[in-house]
Amino acid sequence: MSDANSDLLVLVTGIFGVLIFASVVGYGLQLRFSPTGSNASIENLNARIKAWWVMVVLIGLAFVAGRIGVLVLFGFCSFAALREFVTLINTRRADHWALAAAFFLVVPIQYYLLWAEEYGIFSIFIPVYAFLLMPIISVLRGDTERFLIRIAEVQWALMICVFCASHVPALLTLHIPGYEGRNVLLIAFLVIVVQLSDVLQYVGGKMFGRTKIAPKLSPSKTVEGFVGGVISATLIGAALWWITPFTPFQAGLLAFIITLMGFFGGLVMSAIKRDRGVKDWGNLIEGHGGLIDRLDSVVFSAPIFFHIVRYWWSL
Amino acid sequence: MKALLTEAAASVIVLFARAVTAVRTIWAEEGLPTRPCIYFANHSSHGDFVLVWAVLPPRLRQQTRPVAGAEYWLKSRLTRFIGSDVFNAVLIARERDNRIHDPIEQMAEAIDAGSSLILFPEGTRNQTDAPLLPFKSGIFHLIAARPDTDLVPVWINNLNRVMPKGEIVPIPLICTVTFGNPLRIVPDEGKDAFLERMQTALLALSPRPAGSGE
Repeated sequence: MSDANSDLLVLVTGIFGVLIFASVVGYGLQLRFSPTGSNASIENLNARIKAWWVMVVLIGLAFVAGRIGVLVLFGFCSFAALREFVTLINTRRADHWALAAAFFLVVPIQYYLLWAEEYGIFSIFIPVYAFLLMPIISVLRGDTERFLIRIAEVQWALMICVFCASHVPALLTLHIPGYEGRNVLLIAFLVIVVQLSDVLQYVGGKMFGRTKIAPKLSPSKTVEGFVGGVISATLIGAALWWITPFTPFQAGLLAFIITLMGFFGGLVMSAIKRDRGVKDWGNLIEGHGGLIDRLDSVVFSAPIFFHIVRYWWSL
Repeated sequence: MKALLTEAAASVIVLFARAVTAVRTIWAEEGLPTRPCIYFANHSSHGDFVLVWAVLPPRLRQQTRPVAGAEYWLKSRLTRFIGSDVFNAVLIARERDNRIHDPIEQMAEAIDAGSSLILFPEGTRNQTDAPLLPFKSGIFHLIAARPDTDLVPVWINNLNRVMPKGEIVPIPLICTVTFGNPLRIVPDEGKDAFLERMQTALLALSPRPAGSGE
């Protein structure tokens, strides 16, 4: 069993290598094919690469700061994602206090419960307590206009942006025999596999894509990209077994599952965007979409990954 | 000392407005006029002029004065400090009976002195479901007196959801402020035609309703 820090160092070095390589390739492509920024795919790829630099540096800093750093980082991500989501949903004045509670009580409490390692209440706080209390706050104002739609949308926003997202840092609370002190590497495994799968599907689709997989939902997703992305992300996941408590086969299997969840999560979030008539969730990165655009697949795979690991590996 | 205090208060207010609303600004193709101009915007929240003021480039912000109701901003020492000192608002009396100064003259003087104005031609906050209330005629009389002044339409989106009338806790939703290309009054343009044209230009900046598809 090698030391967690040295594994992390190897991993970080590897990631920086990949990012530098990607940045150089992106820059080269831009010089060669899109010097004026006219090729949307290359611009998009470079925007993604930039976003990863930010992501890697932020997650790296959070890892250095330890448990509190990770919780604060994901707490802010939940807050920012919730703000993007609620901006697009139906709310009325009568929901004002319910929304204030969502932002200023539900988010901090959910992450505090992780800090306190209160797994029992953490896992039911939003599905039970918020689920029942939020509509009560809304109903007190007596406005019945589109009531069911309003309360359902707020609950959905909380489930996706807070509940599901908080299962990424929740990986830190697992107690896996023989894996003590290395839980941050599980977060790294999840995020790396899902993000790589996203981009490999995207690049694969651009290079070999012929058949659109879901033309109504997401015109850029193709069958060829999907198959290629899932297979290569699964292999990369298997190759990363040394940072996990899994065997190579198990790591590959888990990578396969979270890749699928990430893919379908992307489709679901796309459908919501189309329903609301927007192209992106927000503008966190000027002109290149919001936080949810980058995190949708991680959010969908995190709870499933967490529960599989908790059920079969954790004490 | 007071100058330092107003400066600090202004920075805090701008920072707070930006943090709460994560405001995104969409600039017009032609950019902003550098000469004194009138920014006219839809009005649905007390925070409207703060947000327009906050997104302006600092150099233009310094020479921009919101036009606001004297009755509200002279109510207490705090609102007086924020209204008169921090924002250097042109405070106009709403009630005809309370007027010492003519509001049109006050605004024209501010423009002559080299200031730009932030104006809400609806006259009051829009609490209805209609996107815009009919414009009051004040803006026409002002522009008839200063016909060379550029009029810049500004659409403020979502701020009424962040801070609806009567609420004290803001909900941190994302707001957008959209600037349109500058307009001018054309010779012999009548009041109704002018107001109609201004309203159309402003409404053209409002986003399409949700669910309309790409």
